[in-house]
Amino acid sequence: MEHLLDLFVKSVFIENMIFAYFLGMCSYLAVSKTVNTSMGLGLAVIFVLGITVPIDYLIDNYLLKPGALTWLSKDFADVDLSFLSFIIFIAVIAALVQLVEMIVEKFAPALYNSLGIFLPLIAVNCAILGGSLFMQEREYQTLGEATVFGIGSGVGWLLAIIAIAAIREKIRYSNVPAPLRGLGITFIITGLMGIAFMSFMGISL
Amino acid sequence: MSNKEPLFSAKNLKLLSGPLNLNNPVTVQVLGVCSALAVTVQLKPAVVMAISVIVVTAFSNLVISLLRNTIPNRIRIIVQLVVIAALVILVDQILKAFVYDVSKQLSVFVGLIITNCILMGRLEAFAMANKPWQSFVDGIGNGLGYGAILVIVSFFRELLGSGTIWGYQIIEKTGLYDLGYSNNGMFILPPMALIIIGVIIWIQRSRKRELIEKS
Repeated sequence: MEHLLDLFVKSVFIENMIFAYFLGMCSYLAVSKTVNTSMGLGLAVIFVLGITVPIDYLIDNYLLKPGALTWLSKDFADVDLSFLSFIIFIAVIAALVQLVEMIVEKFAPALYNSLGIFLPLIAVNCAILGGSLFMQEREYQTLGEATVFGIGSGVGWLLAIIAIAAIREKIRYSNVPAPLRGLGITFIITGLMGIAFMSFMGISL
Repeated sequence: MSNKEPLFSAKNLKLLSGPLNLNNPVTVQVLGVCSALAVTVQLKPAVVMAISVIVVTAFSNLVISLLRNTIPNRIRIIVQLVVIAALVILVDQILKAFVYDVSKQLSVFVGLIITNCILMGRLEAFAMANKPWQSFVDGIGNGLGYGAILVIVSFFRELLGSGTIWGYQIIEKTGLYDLGYSNNGMFILPPMALIIIGVIIWIQRSRKRELIEKS
């Protein structure tokens, strides 16, 4: 249990998707103009990461890894399908996003209306595919670890986008040099926030 | 392909040079920042990454442009993703076979070319509406624009962060270390990449005033 908690803290702060790996930067830059919309997108990202990472974990472990097909027959022990993982992961993500969109629309119309436009965008958010690929590369041992990692990365992403949105709302009232306005200052602020997040690196878990 | 228009007409050359300057995918269109930064600690992985992206953008633009009239509108996103993913798998396997150490360094970021917004952005905005050759050129142009940013950022990060260029000890040769100079460890850390891009945007926009955002 403690081990899972460590993993969660690590994926939220130390290995933050945005500040340590720059994943999901496109939507992070495009949507972070107001706090409300970035909250919506952030929640959707947590939701989708929390579902796709465990599912991709199962697919990786029972279909793709070298020797993963042994549950079917002993003859498949040296079949290695891992070169297919990109295409399968992205297909799972695209399909799941579609599915999640339909389910949310049917059972939680209020949530759908607030997330609505962001859900389809998430399919091409690097943070989602990045989550699955990191899960594969770091070889998490159990389904629990994969799920905790997925949700933790999502929470980290939410934190980052809300922080930058809040700063951008305030910075509108400051006198930023004209060529730096908008995109430029956002990059530099993100860099400074990243430096602040680096202080978590000293924590060993 | 049209026979009336020469292959390298002024219009086509503009498709190639535009993304390098006024229409840069990273600093102006804000596409593909995701994977742009994490691979820029050293020049070599950045160049490999840039070449991979150029190949994938050019050929995915070409393929989608050839198919553009047969793809049903409703499922175009998934078709585009499949084409991109197939090309990225090819690139990944080639990298693993020929430059294994670099492909280990790039780790998941080769796979992340799939969700690189440059690809989807150019496919949606250009390849779905233009002829194959123009789309191919547009793909190369945007890949080059992206690559240029990668190379600039990684050049400064490697030079100032580890004192090397392409792995060669440049600073050591000039004897600056003896004068008390030391490498700035900050530049190896991820946040510096963002700040360098911010500065590139700043320089570009102060030279081209028309790019300045109104707010």
